[in-house]
Amino acid sequence: MVIGGKPRSARPLRRERPGEAVLRANVPALLPPAFLAWFRARGWTPRAHQLALLDKAAERRSALLIAPTGSGKTLAGFLPSLVALAHARPARGDRTIHTLYISPLKALAADVERNLIVPLQEMALPIRIETRTGDTSVARKARQRTRPPDILLTTPEQVALLLSHADAPRLLADLQTVVLDELHALAPTKRGDLLALDLARLQSLAPKHRRVGLSATVARPSELRAFLAPQSDAGATALADLVRADGGAPPDIRLLETAAPLPWGGHTTRYAVPDILAAIRAHRLSLVFVNTRSQAELLFQELWRLNEEALPIALHHGSLDAARRRKVEAAMAAGSLKAVVATSTLDLGVDWGDVDLVINVGAPKGASRLIQRVGRANHRLDEPSRAFLVPSNRFEVLECRAAIDAAAAGAHDAVQYRTGALDVLAQHVLGTACAGPFSPAALYAEVRSAAPYAQLTREVFDRVVDFVSTGGYALRVYERYARLRPAGARLLRLSHPRLAQQYRLNAGTIVEAPMIKVRLVGRGRGTARRKPGMARPLMGGRVLGELEEYFIEQLRVGDTFVFAGEVLRFEGLQETEAFVSRAVDADPMVPSYQGGKFPLSTHLAQRVRTMLASPGQWSALPEAVGEWLTIQAERSLIPRPSEVLVEAFPRGSRHFLVAYPFEGRLAHQTLGMLLTRRLDRLGARPLGFVASDYALAVWGLEDMAALERSGALDLDQLFDEDMLGDDLDAWLADSSLMKRTFRVCAVIAGLIERRHPGRIKSGRQVTISSDLIYDVLRKHDPGHILLEAAWADAATGLLDIGRLGDFLRRIKDRIRYAALDHVSPLAVPVMLEISKELVYGGKVADGLLREAADDLVREAMQGGPKRGIGDGPARA
Amino acid sequence: MAQPEPDGEQIGKGAASAPLLLCGQALVADLSGALFWPAEQALLVADLHLEKGSAQAERGLLLPPYDTRETLARLAQAIDRYRPRRVIALGDSFHDARAPARLDGDDRDTLRALQGGRDWVWIAGNHDPGGSARVGGQALEVLGLAGLTLRHEPTPGPASREIAGHLHPAAKLALRGTSIRRPCFVGNAHRLVLPAFGAFTGGLNVLDAAFRPLFDTDRASGMAVCVLGQDGLYPVPTRLLCAD
Repeated sequence: MVIGGKPRSARPLRRERPGEAVLRANVPALLPPAFLAWFRARGWTPRAHQLALLDKAAERRSALLIAPTGSGKTLAGFLPSLVALAHARPARGDRTIHTLYISPLKALAADVERNLIVPLQEMALPIRIETRTGDTSVARKARQRTRPPDILLTTPEQVALLLSHADAPRLLADLQTVVLDELHALAPTKRGDLLALDLARLQSLAPKHRRVGLSATVARPSELRAFLAPQSDAGATALADLVRADGGAPPDIRLLETAAPLPWGGHTTRYAVPDILAAIRAHRLSLVFVNTRSQAELLFQELWRLNEEALPIALHHGSLDAARRRKVEAAMAAGSLKAVVATSTLDLGVDWGDVDLVINVGAPKGASRLIQRVGRANHRLDEPSRAFLVPSNRFEVLECRAAIDAAAAGAHDAVQYRTGALDVLAQHVLGTACAGPFSPAALYAEVRSAAPYAQLTREVFDRVVDFVSTGGYALRVYERYARLRPAGARLLRLSHPRLAQQYRLNAGTIVEAPMIKVRLVGRGRGTARRKPGMARPLMGGRVLGELEEYFIEQLRVGDTFVFAGEVLRFEGLQETEAFVSRAVDADPMVPSYQGGKFPLSTHLAQRVRTMLASPGQWSALPEAVGEWLTIQAERSLIPRPSEVLVEAFPRGSRHFLVAYPFEGRLAHQTLGMLLTRRLDRLGARPLGFVASDYALAVWGLEDMAALERSGALDLDQLFDEDMLGDDLDAWLADSSLMKRTFRVCAVIAGLIERRHPGRIKSGRQVTISSDLIYDVLRKHDPGHILLEAAWADAATGLLDIGRLGDFLRRIKDRIRYAALDHVSPLAVPVMLEISKELVYGGKVADGLLREAADDLVREAMQGGPKRGIGDGPARA
Repeated sequence: MAQPEPDGEQIGKGAASAPLLLCGQALVADLSGALFWPAEQALLVADLHLEKGSAQAERGLLLPPYDTRETLARLAQAIDRYRPRRVIALGDSFHDARAPARLDGDDRDTLRALQGGRDWVWIAGNHDPGGSARVGGQALEVLGLAGLTLRHEPTPGPASREIAGHLHPAAKLALRGTSIRRPCFVGNAHRLVLPAFGAFTGGLNVLDAAFRPLFDTDRASGMAVCVLGQDGLYPVPTRLLCAD
């Protein structure tokens, strides 16, 4: 959001056009003379949605503004507050916070501050605007509490922290407006739950405040409108008003035409790099979006391999050091770059530079996400944004085509309506207690006014309070350690002030995988020979960024990998930092990252299935893809959209069963796990499986087609929904996905503490791993509320059980089966994944240990290297 | 510690127990983390850390209060398997001095029942020094048995002929792009360190500096490890070990 400044920043307020005469009549009534004069000086006139929000403010009503990127929606949210504050403010000493602006990104809050300062100075308005984020100094934060600004720009976590202090009621008593930016990104997450609970608290502290939500286009606005409105027991869901901005020109999205043929499988998009480079050359500034950080690193390497003219192309992703990212952003704004390869870090919010082309590399995954990304190009609303899609394999062509169709139709992905998470509620209960004694009955009523918690029962609420107080265990032995104690007849209070400190260190819902800093070794040290055991200390150079601990853990000294756009050699780990040197290696590893892999959206999947089942539409696809599907129809089957295709065929010494549910990688992984268990019981001797967004392949030693013929294997039974019962339970017992989910819940709920940097190493012996806690809890207290919370998370998150259940119900009695002599055309892409993917297995770890032990046996029997066996003397 | 002649079949499968040789004594490492000494009819366990969960609760982290019963249940299974004449706990049996007082009634009964009909020795550890914290049994600083010394903390330096605990040894292996970190037995010709037995006990990498004075090495040669897997014990080559 920009006011003033360079001419191209003029998008929030544009030059008047004839059609807007009607609106202009209202302008003087809504905007005071100082504002009008300031606008006129720039030749601007407000947009309809900006005036509409001024209207809502005059009526003291909450509203959701849905507007595309670049329509000036942030200004629309602020304008009413600026106008109100320009009018009348009490004397300096009595001031409290008038407007709270909450954004998902601290960078966005900082950007908004920069952009609001200009008009405030130019209109000489006595309004104080400040940010409060994780980067704000302790001194400044303390000063903000004694002398609060008029407008505070902050994040959901900081609001929670602010509310946990006893002086929150005083600071926020006169709060008039809460502006929620990028609400569509926050609401469907745990951060959204936290935000909803914060809003409920604010409602009690400042009952008269109103809320303005700013959102990109979504499929079901009513869910965000409910989020903005305090709910009550009285029947229907309360909704905030809705304001829609003019959508602007429809975007121009196309498949990138490439010289090289489309690959069958893989995700590297290497084949299209020359064409991507040509598109970059032909435009002013291109944003090249990829789905994962590893794809970003790879593509960046590939582009520079061919970049003979040395076009200025930069890299931007969440693991890079913040200072490096700031440099790239500044270079974009200054117009000194031709392209930036980026992940979702540039999806939201801040605009850097005059982007005229978006290139989306890989699968779009969802229609809404694509439209948001494409909107990053060209902020003049009356001109179309331009974008190229670059599929990396044949299935992705179908997905890209479906996304283009969805964008043209203005269709969006529906976001799952959330039931508020119980671990977040537990954190909120503790936070509330930190601010002072509270009444459970009143807090229950307050919590239920938040839409995600509107259905919460008193029984579950009481269990959460009990969890916060004594751990909520069936074995009631912690009464004497209770964290909440009665204060009078109806209130509960914190039992020790130390707990408030603990809360403040651990608040928030973002639980990252432990990260390790990646630092270049000082000059000359990297290549120096060292004795084993790192006798000589490594001298630190620049920090390049951070990588997940588990990736660093796999590295041995001398291994090379790609990071921050460079090939690096791992030199060793010291304290909590990984030391690296620059290296040359033709075949470095690429870090794989957990997360960041969005599954294919339900909406796009439906479109892809329909396209697949309609040979008439195939002509719109590249020739090679049409041919591929035609041969599939001849050799095997093309299922109808309501059906699922299952194929069985032998290949090498293995027998394969391939299904094509199109339900996304997460649901397919869960399905693969469950099918493998069932096939094992049926005697098919499965060895493993691999899942993509589209398909799933299981392989085993027995002929599954023969088992099907003999009746031993019944496909309808194999895919029966009842797999979500006992089989799922049994598998979850020691699923690493479940343990990961549990860890997140345990940290958010305050059962275990976050791992703090610097304590990582020494803490190993002391810290109790959440896996051990999970195992013990599952065995001795299976009904515990945190297990319930983890299960609910897994069902919608990593395991996507909800979507798998929908699929199994949908395809009941609709399985199309083909027994084939060899691999089908449609199966090729998923078969190509097999060698690359780590295959999940219940006992993978033991299998690997067995292998390591076998290695020892081989070594012993065949007289291999004897390093390491220290038993010689004893036996002699 | 030595593994007898590898019987390829058996080791490759990962058995629930593994034979070890230490100073001429035949010992059996158990998947639970316990060590059985057939000649002495003794079962050894290290670092039970009973009531570790409730110790955290005292400082506001309300961990599940089931670690003691889980630890005792595993111990009961091991006792059932080997029917030892005596049980020797190698120190840090209780997480802190107040731990015995925090024991739940049921857990106390379970412990009493396990002690019935056999000798029970609590060796002192740094968490439970001087045998001050104990329930039943006999408290000792160290115990000599058949030429071997059983103590809590291993003594630095080469020649020791001892079995100890204290360090919570764990092995980390990087295999096929995955890393596995598990508790393990670690030893050489004249010393054996047991993994921690308690349900809430973490592990310290055997490549950590703390192990260096014991095995006198930079890169873990002269050290043999036997890893506790899910289903079996796995002696793994030390060259596959990696640091944290």
